[in-house]
Amino acid sequence: MLEVNDLHAFYGKSHVLHGVHLSVGAGEIVALLGRNGVGRSTTVKAVMGQVTATGSVRFQGREILGLKAHQIARRGLGWVPEDRAIFQDLTVRQNLELGLKGKRESARWGMKDVFALFPQLEQRADTPAGVLSGGEQQMLTLCRTLMGDPQLVMIDEPTEGLAPKIVEQVGAFLGEIARRGVAVLLVEQKLDIALDISRRLYVMGHGRIVFQGTPQELRGNDAVRKEWLEV
Amino acid sequence: MEFLLITLLNGVTYGLLLFMLSSGLTLIFSMMGILNFAHASFYMLGAYLAFQVGARLGFWPALLVAPLLVGALGAAVERLGVRKAHRFGHVAELLFTFGLSFLVEELVQLVWGKAAVDYRVPPSLDGAAFTLFRTSFPLYKGFMMAVSLAMLLGLYLAITRTRVGLVIRASLTRPEMVQALGHDVPRVFTLVFGSGAALAALAGVIAGNAYVTEPGMAAAMGPIVFVVVVVGGLGSLGGAFLASLLIGVLQTFMVASDFSVVDLARRLGLGVPDAPALARLSLTQLAPIMPYLLMVAVLIFRPRGLMGARET
Repeated sequence: MLEVNDLHAFYGKSHVLHGVHLSVGAGEIVALLGRNGVGRSTTVKAVMGQVTATGSVRFQGREILGLKAHQIARRGLGWVPEDRAIFQDLTVRQNLELGLKGKRESARWGMKDVFALFPQLEQRADTPAGVLSGGEQQMLTLCRTLMGDPQLVMIDEPTEGLAPKIVEQVGAFLGEIARRGVAVLLVEQKLDIALDISRRLYVMGHGRIVFQGTPQELRGNDAVRKEWLEV
Repeated sequence: MEFLLITLLNGVTYGLLLFMLSSGLTLIFSMMGILNFAHASFYMLGAYLAFQVGARLGFWPALLVAPLLVGALGAAVERLGVRKAHRFGHVAELLFTFGLSFLVEELVQLVWGKAAVDYRVPPSLDGAAFTLFRTSFPLYKGFMMAVSLAMLLGLYLAITRTRVGLVIRASLTRPEMVQALGHDVPRVFTLVFGSGAALAALAGVIAGNAYVTEPGMAAAMGPIVFVVVVVGGLGSLGGAFLASLLIGVLQTFMVASDFSVVDLARRLGLGVPDAPALARLSLTQLAPIMPYLLMVAVLIFRPRGLMGARET
């Protein structure tokens, strides 16, 4: 569904991505792991058209590198940024409405589905999103992106700064997304959640993919974990 | 009492006019980060086009045609100029709009000459609306107020009740996220830039004949509109509205009053034996610098403005 080949990206003169290769299949949860600053977020931003890059990004068989972000979104790619990018002054409901690409809700994800999964959001539907707790904001930003009915969502560090109980809730939610047929590319630093829910994992280091495999293979590979993941 | 009421009405009229100009500027500034130096040029073009169209077709068609023409021009400027300059950073953008303001001024002088043109209030709107004791309030001022209030209501409904309005409000803070959700933010930018230019032109149409339509009118109005945006706070239409009224009313009162700061102090029972020269100037003389003093004070004590959402 998503195939990234030989992706290079630059911030000014610094070369951040050195030829990243990765792929995500339909309905699959794939994790992209690595320490801070190795280029995980940049990879996702480059795919989403937020960072200029060279190489190839194919989505559902068509090249999308070089398209504008809204065109990429309309092809069915969703992005949940690391800082959540909630529209603080707008209400929860308005935030969700902005997730819609047209006027109509999709069959897969509507306001009702979102509220059924997260009753807290329904209770606070008409309050400004800025006053929500960190966990609620994370749910909101996830649901906002889903309202646009993406085929694949790229989620950047959804569990950062959240209490263990909420992390569990996020994990369960990602499973639910995949069950409904939406593929997930999960950028994470926490190994536990990634090993629990993903089918395949990539590990990044210095702007490259340094490992790819299944959760079992990563569990068994101490060398990769020590060199590229553990602090 | 009558002085107070009439001056207040004049101040509010002027304030609403300032808001018509600054609403577009503040939206453009906060959505795109573009300091549009040419914004007041659209105001001037509105007045001149209304004069030209009005001479042929009359004032009422001009009221509609001039803002539409300038709005289309604004959209073209964004699409063909600002967007290209944007790729080369803020300095290029700044220089572009700065240059554009000179270009418009020179063109206006070429076409209509250096002197003021004879753009007048239409006869049907000439005369007094009502007379309070012995002071009369001109009908045309009432008309300006009505147009401004209609514009205010229209803008409010467009921003709060429509889907495009929702996209605009979200783009005030996180345009890149709005675009990543699938909204064509560049097209919305063009729309906002064009509408902002049209609103500025509308202000020019209704103010050009009440005040004076001459090539210096953009340069005279431009800085004050920037002050309104800074005092009101970036990204806040409500703030721009408040600042417009504040500056409009305050300045009108200062112009209309004929005493100095020293007189004011004496009246409050404070003896000021040797006051500095500045304090002995009358408030009328101080009125032109009041907006800038206000801006400096706001920048010192409340850098994000009256209702601003962020500092930069």
